[in-house]
Amino acid sequence: MIEERLSISKRTSNRFLFMIGLGLVLMIVGIFITMNSTGHHGGGHGEEAAAAAEGGHHAITWVNRLFSNLWLNNVYFIGIAVIGLFFTAVQYVAYAGWSVPIKRILEALSAYLPIGGILLLVVFLIGKHQLFHWTDETLYIKDNANYDPILAGKQAFLNEPFYLIRMVIFVGAWIFFDWWLRKQSIGEDLNGGLEYYHKSIRISAIFLVVFGVTSSMSAWDWVMTIDSHWFSTLFAWYVFSSWFVAGLAATTLTAIYLKQAGYLKVLNSNHLHDLGKFVFGFSIFWTYLWFSQFMLYWYANLPEEVVYFQERFHGYDGHYTWIMFAILFLNFVFPILLLMTRDAKRQMIMLKIVCFVVLFGHWLDFYQMVMPGTLRGESGFGFIELGTLLFFTGIFLTVFTRKLASASLVPVNHPFLEEAVHHHV
Amino acid sequence: MRQKQCTHIHQTIKRTMTNKKYILGVYEDEDVLLHAIENIRAAGTKIYTVFSPYPVHGIDDALGIERSRLPIAAFLYGLTGLAFALWMQIYMLGFDWPMIIGGKPHIALPAFIPVSFELTVLFTAHGMVITFLIISGLYPKLKVPVMDVRSTDDKFIMAIEVKEGVTDVNQLNTLLRNNGAIEVNEKEVTK
Repeated sequence: MIEERLSISKRTSNRFLFMIGLGLVLMIVGIFITMNSTGHHGGGHGEEAAAAAEGGHHAITWVNRLFSNLWLNNVYFIGIAVIGLFFTAVQYVAYAGWSVPIKRILEALSAYLPIGGILLLVVFLIGKHQLFHWTDETLYIKDNANYDPILAGKQAFLNEPFYLIRMVIFVGAWIFFDWWLRKQSIGEDLNGGLEYYHKSIRISAIFLVVFGVTSSMSAWDWVMTIDSHWFSTLFAWYVFSSWFVAGLAATTLTAIYLKQAGYLKVLNSNHLHDLGKFVFGFSIFWTYLWFSQFMLYWYANLPEEVVYFQERFHGYDGHYTWIMFAILFLNFVFPILLLMTRDAKRQMIMLKIVCFVVLFGHWLDFYQMVMPGTLRGESGFGFIELGTLLFFTGIFLTVFTRKLASASLVPVNHPFLEEAVHHHV
Repeated sequence: MRQKQCTHIHQTIKRTMTNKKYILGVYEDEDVLLHAIENIRAAGTKIYTVFSPYPVHGIDDALGIERSRLPIAAFLYGLTGLAFALWMQIYMLGFDWPMIIGGKPHIALPAFIPVSFELTVLFTAHGMVITFLIISGLYPKLKVPVMDVRSTDDKFIMAIEVKEGVTDVNQLNTLLRNNGAIEVNEKEVTK
């Protein structure tokens, strides 16, 4: 099989840089707009002070909105990146042959991990008080008016040093395993032989165990603790499924775009069919987890649990209601109806439409997880949202395409390459 | 022995039923079989069907069999199941015997979803299996027409229908043998 090297034109990489720049500009414009509009709404300091004294909350300003958006995109993009690594590992331990043509795409997705980890750390260190209620020190002082016995009970786990250690360990472990697997993959390209493949299987098996723990705990840490008092035993899986569908959609889109640009000659509609099945199946899986979480809380109706859905379905004058229904439509009804038939899963145009919709749908899903806890009723869709999304997309695409171009798109010495060429479903 | 029994039965019920005659080509190798299928179809002969001990990859395309429409039927069964489940629950819990459960409304859709899902799956699964068995003629019956019992062991049997006065049996015989058939037999089946 012949090597295929992706060449990124200057124009394309400039376009990604332009996305980052435009994102920054839009963010700044958005900040000024939000600053002025909160000035109008606030009605002076008296009201804000009264509100703060009453609820123990601080007023929502552009700072909160900016950091919430940065955090939302951090979590969303680092999730897609780690899914690349996770799915590669799954292919190894499953001895999968069909996925050989998309292997390099999966590997390249995780290129964002180091930069994503740094962004995550920086945004947390600067914006922790805007994002996480539990970072308020006064909550843990017994005589303070803010003393919170529930959060004080969680302090052994939920304290800043341990949180930071966990964050570094999780992302560090992902980066390490990514580097280790990639080393085998490139070694296989250069030298051939089965040794690299067998070693990759062993590394993948260890990683999957590590990922089982780290993905769950990162979901609690990064997303669930925003609503510090609330907890759900299903939450980690729910976040994982959202990441997984988004990652699969990103992989499928990349495969289609590479194919349309004349690359990936081994890839045909049979491989796309399989990717389509994954997007279809895991969209249903996401819905299953969403509903499993929702129904038990709805049925039991315990105040400490149901408050999460109260906030989202009825809270803040129905501010988030449409989003809750929109995510169910975009992430469930849309993919299930459009990708149900075999023909749809084998057509690039249908897959493209569904993948874009699902990518946006899961971004909206994270929006719904992050915003009510940080911005309460003050969230919106404006220049800040668009700007941060563009900013992160630009960074992600830059490192992603660079890693894609750094090795042959077809793993030339993969033992299952021949099987992948003849893959037929 | 088996053949004789069959013909005996045939003669007794011949008056009411029509008989069909088939030429059976017996093949030993699946690659030879696949090439034979292509050549025989190219020669203009219509193949009734091929019996195989296991699924042969690519045989559907070689035989020119269209994709099954079973998925469409499955979708409709699923819709039926969903509609039935929703109707049943809404009628029972909303109108026939309303009860207050956990302070929820009588017609509480989230509570109905698990049952609706299960019934959708049940209707789809059973509907598909039953439809498949009927279409393939695999429903339980007293007499199972087996063209050649060896097709359940290690031989591939290609059946070609003989039309009286149209099919040249000798020519068919040479065609099958030239394409790798190790045996060519004749078989009459009562329909």
